[in-house]
Amino acid sequence: MESPWRSLLLSRVLQALPVLLLTITVTFFMVRLAPGDPFDNERFLPPEVQAQLRADYNLDAPLFNQYLHFLGQLATFDLGPSFRYPNRSVSEIIATGLPVTLELGLYAMSIALLVGIGAGVFSATKPYALRDRSMMLMALVGICVPSFVLGPLLALLFGIQWQWLPVTGWGYTPGDKILPSLTLGIGYAAYIARLTRGGMLEMFTQDFIRTARAKGLSEGRILIKHALPGGLLPVISYLGPATAGLLSGSFVIETIFQIPGLGRFFVQGAFNRDYTLIMGMTIFFAVLIILMNLLSDLLAALIDPRQRQR
Amino acid sequence: MLVIIFNDILYARHMLKTIILLLLMSSLAGCNWQTNVESGLATQTLHLGNGAEPKDLDPHTVTGVSEGRLIRALLETLVVEHPATLAPLPGAAASWDISPDYRQYTFRLREDGRWSNGDRVTAHDFVYAWRRMLTPALAAEYAYQFYAIANAQAFHAGELTDFTQVGIRALNDETLQVDLTYPVPYFLHLVAHTSFAPVHPPTIERFGGPLKRHSLWTRPENYVGNGAFRLSEWTLNRWIKMQKNPLYWNADQVTLNEVVFYPIENITTEERMFRSGTLHKTETVHPDSIARFQGTKTLRIAPYLGTYYFKLNTQRPPLDDVRVRRALSLALDRQALVQFVTKGGEIASNGFVPVNLPGYATPAEPDVQARLERAQALLAEAGYPQGKGLPTLELLYNTAESHRRIAVAIQAMWQQLGINVELVNQDWKVYLSSVKQGNYHIARAGWIGDYPDPNTFLDIFSGNSGNNNTGWQNMQYDALLLQAAKASSDQRYALLQQAEAILLEAMPIIPIYTYTSKALVSTDVQGWYDNIFDHHPLTQVLLAPATGQAR
Repeated sequence: MESPWRSLLLSRVLQALPVLLLTITVTFFMVRLAPGDPFDNERFLPPEVQAQLRADYNLDAPLFNQYLHFLGQLATFDLGPSFRYPNRSVSEIIATGLPVTLELGLYAMSIALLVGIGAGVFSATKPYALRDRSMMLMALVGICVPSFVLGPLLALLFGIQWQWLPVTGWGYTPGDKILPSLTLGIGYAAYIARLTRGGMLEMFTQDFIRTARAKGLSEGRILIKHALPGGLLPVISYLGPATAGLLSGSFVIETIFQIPGLGRFFVQGAFNRDYTLIMGMTIFFAVLIILMNLLSDLLAALIDPRQRQR
Repeated sequence: MLVIIFNDILYARHMLKTIILLLLMSSLAGCNWQTNVESGLATQTLHLGNGAEPKDLDPHTVTGVSEGRLIRALLETLVVEHPATLAPLPGAAASWDISPDYRQYTFRLREDGRWSNGDRVTAHDFVYAWRRMLTPALAAEYAYQFYAIANAQAFHAGELTDFTQVGIRALNDETLQVDLTYPVPYFLHLVAHTSFAPVHPPTIERFGGPLKRHSLWTRPENYVGNGAFRLSEWTLNRWIKMQKNPLYWNADQVTLNEVVFYPIENITTEERMFRSGTLHKTETVHPDSIARFQGTKTLRIAPYLGTYYFKLNTQRPPLDDVRVRRALSLALDRQALVQFVTKGGEIASNGFVPVNLPGYATPAEPDVQARLERAQALLAEAGYPQGKGLPTLELLYNTAESHRRIAVAIQAMWQQLGINVELVNQDWKVYLSSVKQGNYHIARAGWIGDYPDPNTFLDIFSGNSGNNNTGWQNMQYDALLLQAAKASSDQRYALLQQAEAILLEAMPIIPIYTYTSKALVSTDVQGWYDNIFDHHPLTQVLLAPATGQAR
């Protein structure tokens, strides 16, 4: 391995470990210090029943001991049983939700990239022309309309008014994956369109493009071969956080379209004070986000040699 | 320049064409599907919205409504409820005898009762299940439902370790005998509750014994039940599927082949699923959607055995003054509230016991104007004429749009008296702990009855109840409840009514309305009856087009 690569990797991993530990620690104590008890119910629980439950989940130990115990368990990759779903382990819950969330994220990301890059390049070819202005207006609307408005709207039109597509589910009936992927992807597509346009416009001012034009290369060739790779750099560095956002932020889409993904477990876990589930999800997403950022840094370094020096 | 614009328009038109083409293609692809409701007629598969994702399917450790619906389909109690009247009907028990002093019940189990693995359902299985329920280490939240049984409370508290002294015994395989400490007129209703459901002892033992938490016996591949349906699939946040149980003693009478329960937290998503034919029945209906379905046969609204009320913290001035508490209650226009705010057919009531219990009278109240005048007089008497000098009160509710609307309306009603109220909303778990610790002035609350009797409501304000939280206690009230528990059945209601009168005189609570159950039910669903428990035994349900009317 080349040394710039190695140092890049090494520095990122070294940065990641303390971040992870800090996330775990802060979440652990915040969740336990938050008011509300996992076993509180509308109905009164006799103290002896409450005590029995707390003992069962090791909640009667001093807080710091609980923390050490948790870290010990974590070292063996054991996330423990969920408080809310007593016959499921947290790892099992993550394992059931992950494939669904990944698939949804993949489709949404593909839509976002295809539509976003397409629209961005199209805009950049004729800056400030009608096509540019209309595309960027659409992108602005796409960024501004939240998914909890867009989702029900699409469902109402395509599902109930015209009855073209199913309004809920994930792989239950043909076509039920279209609306959720679209809803999740559109916001990101809009953002990517603006990033691509900006990146492309910046490229067009560069000397090497002028040289290419002077050599008499066709506009299409200049666009695809010369301008696009550089123009996509802002998009690539946005990919890491975007992917993490897609995966951890699919809660709204999952609720609107009744999809059994990770997002719903995460949010339900917080509402139910399901300590182990919250911890498991937080750790999982923290690792995921760190990985995604690392990947997008590596990808950027691969495309742009300048990034490797930093 | 013109040319460029023209080009753009051409391009845009081209894109539009592509999009329309794509949409058309997808619509063609969609032409062939049948919705769940359409295909259900042929397959007899019922699709139900079921609210929150169930915690578990163990009848002894769960308490929720969504879990109850599932468990009643998977396990059969000794006695079951009539789908319309809720009257006790033979379930796992073919018949029963009650001793003349109403303190001994002898249940005879049916000979053809079978577990889904073929084993016979015996009286010993019930003893095993009920003992498990009462064992302190299981920490069963509903164990108090058994306390009328002789020595059950002592055993559950750990004061008694010999279970043979508890009034539950199997005389032989088919006879179960239960001794009560005092006559309980609603005992058969209690026995129909899911916490009295049997479990299959060999299965429980195989997965770690009766006291093991996180037991895997409730997984589809392990579940053994004696109900009309057997568990076939459980995917978290997706669905729970169950199929007709061919070994159920009354399987010939069960028409449904499959039931699919969907966990749906979002009411508007649930409504979309209903409107697109994915669901036969929703769990509830959004208040704003009621008008849309009003007058159609799909909207079902029925009185529900529950009371929406406010708790008042009687330990905090100025609410320690009964006159202030009564003024607050008198100032409410409950009729306007249910008509314009909740809009779901709720029944305005100033009594704590719901208005729909046959034979039990709810106190009448004067008209709005008279009440307002009385409230003003009471406030002045308490030293706060026109609300002057009265500190701002906090009204606490758990974060939900429905509670917020009610709180806002009531805030305005109190404003008329010069009473200033600040609204405070807290996330469910935080709200629960605030109420429990008495960190509130006025708190929104709701109570749903466990059995059709006023006692299930009045009991929560007795001195030893953990659900009281108002700081109010009254010896006479407690004595009346105790007296009612031991009284003959014709005196009971009179005694309970006296107790309720004391509660309403002291006003540690402000009753607001009796709940209703609200649902959208496809007209294809037959054998679905409204009742105050919102319980719908699936053994009686079938799917057939409604006769004599368009769907």
